[in-house]
Amino acid sequence: MTTQSPNDPDVAVETGSQVPPAEPVTRQPEPDVEPESRWHRAFREIATGNAIISVLAVLLALLVGAIMIAFTDERVQEASVYFFARPGDTFIAIWESVSGAYSAFFQGSIYNFRRPDFATGIRPLTETLTFATPLIAAGLGVALAFRVGMFNIGGRGQMLMASAAAGWVAFSFDLPWGVHMLVALLAGLLAGALWAGIAGLLKARTGAHEVIVTIMLNYVALYLVTWMLRTPGLLQAPGSNNPKTPPMKDTAIFPELLGPQYNLHFGFILAIAAVVLVWWILDRSALGFQFRAVGENPNAARVAGINVKSMYVYAMLISGALIGLAGVSQVLGTVTTGFSSGIDAGIGFDAITVALLGRSTPWGVLAAGILFGAFKAGGFAMQAAEGVPIDIVLVVQSLIVLFIAAPPLVRAIFRLPAPGSGPRRAAPTTTKEVTAK
Amino acid sequence: MTIAPQHQAVSPQEPALAKTVVVSWKAPIAFAVVTVLAALLFLLAPHDGEATFRVSAAGDALQLPEIVLNATVTAWVCLALLTALTVVSALMVRARRAVPIWLIVVFAVVFVLGFLTWAVAGASTNVMPLAGLLAGALSLSVPLIFGSLSGVISERVGVINIAIEGQLLAGAFTSAVVASSTGNPYLGLLAAGVAGVLVSFVLAAFAIKYFVDQVIVGVVLNVLVVGFTSFLYSQVLAPNAQALNAPPRFDRIAIPFLSEIPIIGPTFFRQTIIVYLMYVAVAAVYIGLFHTKWGLRLRAVGEHPQAADTVGINVPRTRFWNVSLAGAIAGLGGAFFTLGAVGAFGKEMTAGAGFIALAAVIFGQWDPIKATLAALLFGFAQSLQGQLGVIGSPVPSEFMLMLPYVVTIVAVAGFVGKVRGPAAAGKPYIKS
Amino acid sequence: MKLELRGITKTFGTLVANDHIDLTVEAGEIHCLLGENGAGKSTLMNVLYGLYQADGGEILLDDRVQHFAGPGDAMRAGIGMVHQHFMLIPVFTVAENVMLGHEQTKAGGRLDLPAARAKVREISDRFGFDVDPDALVDDLPVGVQQRVEIIKALSRDARVLVFDEPTAVLTPQETDELMAIMRQLKESGTSIVFITHKLREVREVADRITVIRLGKVVGEASPTATNAELASLMVGRAVELTVQKAPPTLGEPALVVDGLTVIDPIGQLVVNDVSFEVRRGEILAVAGVQGNGQTELTEALVGLQPRVQGSMRLDGNELNGDSVRSILNAGVGFVPEDRKEDGLVGEFSIAENLMLDRADGAPFVKGGNVQLSTLAAFAEEKVAEYDVRTPSIETKVGRLSGGNQQKVVLARELSRDLRLLVAAQPTRGVDVGSIEFIHKRIVETRDAGVPVVVVSTELDEVTALADRIMVMYRGRVVGIVPGDTPRDVLGLMMAGESPNLEGAAA
Repeated sequence: MTTQSPNDPDVAVETGSQVPPAEPVTRQPEPDVEPESRWHRAFREIATGNAIISVLAVLLALLVGAIMIAFTDERVQEASVYFFARPGDTFIAIWESVSGAYSAFFQGSIYNFRRPDFATGIRPLTETLTFATPLIAAGLGVALAFRVGMFNIGGRGQMLMASAAAGWVAFSFDLPWGVHMLVALLAGLLAGALWAGIAGLLKARTGAHEVIVTIMLNYVALYLVTWMLRTPGLLQAPGSNNPKTPPMKDTAIFPELLGPQYNLHFGFILAIAAVVLVWWILDRSALGFQFRAVGENPNAARVAGINVKSMYVYAMLISGALIGLAGVSQVLGTVTTGFSSGIDAGIGFDAITVALLGRSTPWGVLAAGILFGAFKAGGFAMQAAEGVPIDIVLVVQSLIVLFIAAPPLVRAIFRLPAPGSGPRRAAPTTTKEVTAK
Repeated sequence: MTIAPQHQAVSPQEPALAKTVVVSWKAPIAFAVVTVLAALLFLLAPHDGEATFRVSAAGDALQLPEIVLNATVTAWVCLALLTALTVVSALMVRARRAVPIWLIVVFAVVFVLGFLTWAVAGASTNVMPLAGLLAGALSLSVPLIFGSLSGVISERVGVINIAIEGQLLAGAFTSAVVASSTGNPYLGLLAAGVAGVLVSFVLAAFAIKYFVDQVIVGVVLNVLVVGFTSFLYSQVLAPNAQALNAPPRFDRIAIPFLSEIPIIGPTFFRQTIIVYLMYVAVAAVYIGLFHTKWGLRLRAVGEHPQAADTVGINVPRTRFWNVSLAGAIAGLGGAFFTLGAVGAFGKEMTAGAGFIALAAVIFGQWDPIKATLAALLFGFAQSLQGQLGVIGSPVPSEFMLMLPYVVTIVAVAGFVGKVRGPAAAGKPYIKS
Repeated sequence: MKLELRGITKTFGTLVANDHIDLTVEAGEIHCLLGENGAGKSTLMNVLYGLYQADGGEILLDDRVQHFAGPGDAMRAGIGMVHQHFMLIPVFTVAENVMLGHEQTKAGGRLDLPAARAKVREISDRFGFDVDPDALVDDLPVGVQQRVEIIKALSRDARVLVFDEPTAVLTPQETDELMAIMRQLKESGTSIVFITHKLREVREVADRITVIRLGKVVGEASPTATNAELASLMVGRAVELTVQKAPPTLGEPALVVDGLTVIDPIGQLVVNDVSFEVRRGEILAVAGVQGNGQTELTEALVGLQPRVQGSMRLDGNELNGDSVRSILNAGVGFVPEDRKEDGLVGEFSIAENLMLDRADGAPFVKGGNVQLSTLAAFAEEKVAEYDVRTPSIETKVGRLSGGNQQKVVLARELSRDLRLLVAAQPTRGVDVGSIEFIHKRIVETRDAGVPVVVVSTELDEVTALADRIMVMYRGRVVGIVPGDTPRDVLGLMMAGESPNLEGAAA
């Protein structure tokens, strides 16, 4: 049964009359292109790829930090008054201020050479890991949400709710050692999960954009926790007028990993476990497969029978639980003497930068979390030793993320070759409607 | 098999498809929830006695009598009205009609009245000075309004502006430094605008040139500005506070006649130049957006950039300059913190105002007038929180402070009208 | 105005989209640009319109060389374009759309809307359009939106008008009206470039025809050339889009759809009271102009539409109200219309895409873990079986050509135990070789006793595959007719006219 004769008056030879034109921009190269040699490709990927961009971004940001330190340093300003008479003085002053600051930074974050023995000299590194613990956990939460196509800016709120829940269990209950810790941990994870789950649920049910909802929930949580902290019988320490909780009970506090002279606590182990867990979820599990499918193309996922709305809710629950872990590790590990509404310490926002720097992969987040942990540890040391305000860390951190998000800018600065392949995550998110044909 | 159908030309103007009516139960459900909450509040924690609303301030030429309401009666009347309105809305939806806006407004007004009476009656001083409430509301709203105008312009042209907070903070910092060091508040105001533009440049460059996700840039920019201003504050401003952080403030200018109107006169027309600038900005943005060539092009770029491109409008350039303009406006709002309100710069002094402004943009459905009203509403909530604290009301202030955020969540969840932003907002325009 | 393109060359990376193209359009002539998808027609026109900068060559208008930095320059020089995807702002009125980019203003910079309205009315009257200047574009049917596009171009005094695939969204009757408009424009001295791949239209209006293939001009033809000549010029070889298939072996009615209605978010009945049956071993082709409810019908069949009334039973089980998951589990295979948007995850590998709709259980998932080795073996097998041209099963699907992508979708769907196959536009944007392969697979599926629903807007595909044809218009079924119904009858049905013929009830 054939139908078409060549003289038929309405022949349309082309089969795709209404397809958006598969014109050059979208036309894909046929796969029979000769494959590149492995070494050549490896070289090109190193030169153009993510790793070098990340390193250069960090260097650039540190450079900007150095400039800021130099320009605001009083010695530099004094020397610059007679710059044209003796320019050397200015350069010496710049060198002294920058090198002083960055060496304090190094000695505060990795190894302190001024200490007599290794045990005390290495303490800064353990500080770095302590600071990294909540960053890794919260960074994983943000990264996981990213992979499902969602932007969880609600880290602050989720941490506050988790801290409040875990803290409340930890100071008001009497439970045996271990059990108490576990219950507090679970309470915190649950609170974080539920707080983020609100955003997931609203996105799934009503299409409310999670960026807006999580931003708003941050403030709702802040005021809620502030209120609880100043209300006797809720979180406020009995007999006190300060908006602060009583200290956590010993039975709930995370054990120290390296003994009492170091601050590193069990939370770090939990954070590492979370890295492995998230790796398993994303790269090996069926749930993660569905997560990634939804993140990359929710329409196709839906057509393939994946329940996209459930995935949004699950992803936000897990994301919130991971960020909750950051909150728990703060109250049960780092600040065990009672906390106030500043317990999140900006980690909720730092987590976004950690996830971006780690390119939303679990191992990347681990590395980025440790780097930013070092920034924090070093930043405090720098503030103490050289009087450079810790806020410089925020500047450096955000610059790193900006540079990383715009590889062409970094390449332009360092005159690197452009990559041959397509865009990376966190870079252009184009949609069909707005791509000029 | 031949067919001879009577050929009738199909007019393309003919309605395309049969239609039915899709109605939403969201409004009645939201009404019911609020009514139940109000009932719980009024019945489980009843306040009796009276609530007095003082209409005129002490110095007013025309003194108006105080309004006194009985708390119990008002509570019951309001509850009855709320219930009735809920039932009406439910009946309307059942009859497949949409719930009109005015019904929502009436519902909101009744609820606020009931709540205010309840709160004031339970306070240690049962008198609420309305003039002070309004003045506080306006003062708290000024940066929010500037910020939301910035958001409206930026998002209407297709660039999501999460960085309003950063623009406000940059404006506040710069205006303090410049006004202090020059002794001229007008120069400070100008510098605030420039600072806002600089923040916008970064947003625009990354979002438009490098196609970085606009939300990411916005979030990071906020952190960057916080870090930058805090660093400079600790390092430079704090040690030289007298020279660098003691800006002269603007004087209040009373507008003849208008400033004599009872209640609203002193509130709205005995203000600093920044507030008058705000009135002008709201009107200008509204007229500009909807009645000028500039606005038509701006909206076209935000709705369908490719279409704008094909009629010869340069999309990246239009976006770049309008995002910059948005930054300038937000910067002016930032100056209000230092030159209008507080009088000196403090670390992170904007304290989330930028996000409330963002909330106002969304709640105001990307319309400059509605966003201004939303910002006023949020300012009112904050002012009310302050006043209730002053008169010793039992309502925890935190819950009033939460209001803008909760209201916005409710709005984006679609319980209040249809929230639809510019179609191409957040999407970079990538050509070939 | 005379338009001349000389040696236009445009490359994207390594791909040469236009290779030294020469084209001359005399004043007051309709010049057809004929070519397959991806032949470079749209690129050439985007160069002409200033949207792209050519890498070589020049554009001349009335023998003067032009330099277009953007569409603004092209428009000022007198070039207008009616885009394939309308370039209209949906939330603007007709008048606002028409004035955009060359707005007239009153004192104080305020828009002069009355002037724009007058302009719209004036052009409407001149060509007998019935367009309300204050109507929102979003509310207008596509045919009217296209007229707004034409008004937009004419309001800038365009003297060279480019129509880029203008008939794709039109019914045959609307197409005829457009042809009349084009002739009328030509009479008034406008030069017209008409881009299409539909030979009937070409022969009807063209004064001259230029055929391009793979970015090059491969020949000129006169409108008297035969379809076969034109087609072979266009495709580069003799085209035979025929499918060899035996008469169907009909079984029991398997899919029974009764009174199906789909309501869209704004309350339109996009599918309106549709009833039909498909028997085992039968292909029912759903024909119609794009946008008459076919898409929504297929989506409703797999549970993708939220507001569906009526019943759809597969082997006696009601599917309406079930989730996509359970409908897929009931044995429904689905080839969506837009494979990039709905069928595949471009950033996923071929292997991952092959397990996309079985991501929750056997055989690829055990105990919550993805069985990578099972998946790899399956993928290797399917890649070979469906002749997917790819370096590896780990290659991202987004990097494959359209035909190979569609083979991946088909491999995934046909490798499940099917009780019904729903294929929407199965060969859209697919190369000729893959079309044959895909058609063969669909017929094989039918012959295996599976009922098949194929939706296509291409009459050729419909008539090639169908055992019966159901034509849809504005959400309703116009009629269900035998597979050998003549094309002119189908054409009228696609415009909404019921066939009053005996035997139509088949």
